[in-house]
Amino acid sequence: MKSGSNLEKVLTSGQFAVTGELGPPKNADAEVIRTKARLLKGCVDAVNITDCQTAIVRMSSIASSVILMEEGLEPVTQMTCRDRNRIAIQSDLLGASALGMKNLLCLTGDHHKFGNHPNAVGVFDMDSIQLLQMVKNMRDEKVFQCGEELKGTEPTFFLGAAANPFADPFEFRALRLAKKVVAGAQFVQTQLVYNLERFTAWMQAVRALGVHEQCYIMAGVTPPKSIGMAKYMKNNVPGLDVPDEVIVRLKGARDAKKDVQEEGINICVDIINRVKEIEGVAGVHIMAIEWESAVPEIAKRADLLPRPG
Amino acid sequence: MIVGQRKPIQEIIGMLKGIKKILILGCSGCVSVCSAGGEKEVEILALILRIDRKKKGEPVETMEKTLARQCDTEYLEELKGEAGNYDAILSMACGVGVNYLADMYPTTLVFPALNTSFMGVSEEQGVWSERCAGCGDCVLDRTGGLCPIARCSKRLFNGPCGGSQNGKCEIDPNVACVWQLIYDRLKGLNQLEKLKEIFPIKDWSSSLHGGPRKIVREDLKL
Repeated sequence: MKSGSNLEKVLTSGQFAVTGELGPPKNADAEVIRTKARLLKGCVDAVNITDCQTAIVRMSSIASSVILMEEGLEPVTQMTCRDRNRIAIQSDLLGASALGMKNLLCLTGDHHKFGNHPNAVGVFDMDSIQLLQMVKNMRDEKVFQCGEELKGTEPTFFLGAAANPFADPFEFRALRLAKKVVAGAQFVQTQLVYNLERFTAWMQAVRALGVHEQCYIMAGVTPPKSIGMAKYMKNNVPGLDVPDEVIVRLKGARDAKKDVQEEGINICVDIINRVKEIEGVAGVHIMAIEWESAVPEIAKRADLLPRPG
Repeated sequence: MIVGQRKPIQEIIGMLKGIKKILILGCSGCVSVCSAGGEKEVEILALILRIDRKKKGEPVETMEKTLARQCDTEYLEELKGEAGNYDAILSMACGVGVNYLADMYPTTLVFPALNTSFMGVSEEQGVWSERCAGCGDCVLDRTGGLCPIARCSKRLFNGPCGGSQNGKCEIDPNVACVWQLIYDRLKGLNQLEKLKEIFPIKDWSSSLHGGPRKIVREDLKL
């Protein structure tokens, strides 16, 4: 364990890990990060800091990670291939490691067509698997991508990747995760799990390849905040699979004059309890972006508290 | 072939402001095949420009000519004696032709009438689509003959991203996910093993990122 990461410690100790997610602001206000960080503190082992998610310009993930660390939380710094070439990525990662970041999530990145600068160049010098390989080599072989020796202190990240069990072709999804693990992924956070049947089938395929023994798999979850949000995720977000029963449950709560948000939290807790039972699931990644205040309640009700360390 | 599309007419009219005598120069190569810049399109564009100028009371004299190709010294040399007779040449070739005209005739104004769109195929009458990005280092032996550089929106090398759904790309439901196509094709060919290998990070120096490209074949030089 080179990284010194708390998340890595929790996972390697065999405890069920919990990560949160924090989207940096579309401005230069550090207080936004601090406020969200305080909501998550004590409920999670580490917090993902997104790298301009959905290709919208936000405070950089590395800068936001520093602010998060000042609040006493550990970041999982996200790095995408969309906006930087290999020179910029390696340079930023040397800096991130020097600033004390210990976890790195390697992503290809959302296409810029979805963001607020659709006319930008999409760099994509490499993909997420090649990024993992490059950073692993910087850490373990002490070489830059070009093959040149990295003299002195190397970055020592605990390396993560994303996986989407709900995208197509389904038969390739477990194999793609296996490739990411060979490339260097030590932990994996999945796309939001609502379709438990498909997630279970994917995990079965992952176990058949033995991949669950080579990396820590964390199931992605989020509480649906409203019926509209659930419908939007179902119909408008590529790669997301929201079964009708989720919407039916939220509508049921509304019709019974109950709190829909409360039911959203119930749904999330139920999903966490179900994925906990699946062999090979090592933790959950709670992505309550712009609803960070729900995380303590979810963690409490899903019996995830107190967090170790 | 190189597929092009004529620029919006107002853009062409705008760039030719003040030009009184112009050669509209077509190309019988790719852009003629894709009905963007051949002899027929030259004739139509010349007519539109004359009508527009006549209406504005600023008549323009147009000459029309279509070369076998505008990307070849041999054919462009045909203009040697006359290039100086015009205020400008409006090329209906792809960007290659426009550039070569400018290279060969340094004192003549040259304008592009087309947008050079991509290297692609003619799927059916009136439909063209991209197939090759000209990266200079072909990878098609590893991807079942289907190009992830030209046809994947994120230029992925190691399989479909999390946005591949029902065979479509996340950026547009009308765009096929090439990785789904590659998967299906390799499966059909019993070569899925190929997708398990990690495709290493690409050397882009043979692409435009290495600067303008040039090939010299000593064995063919005269």
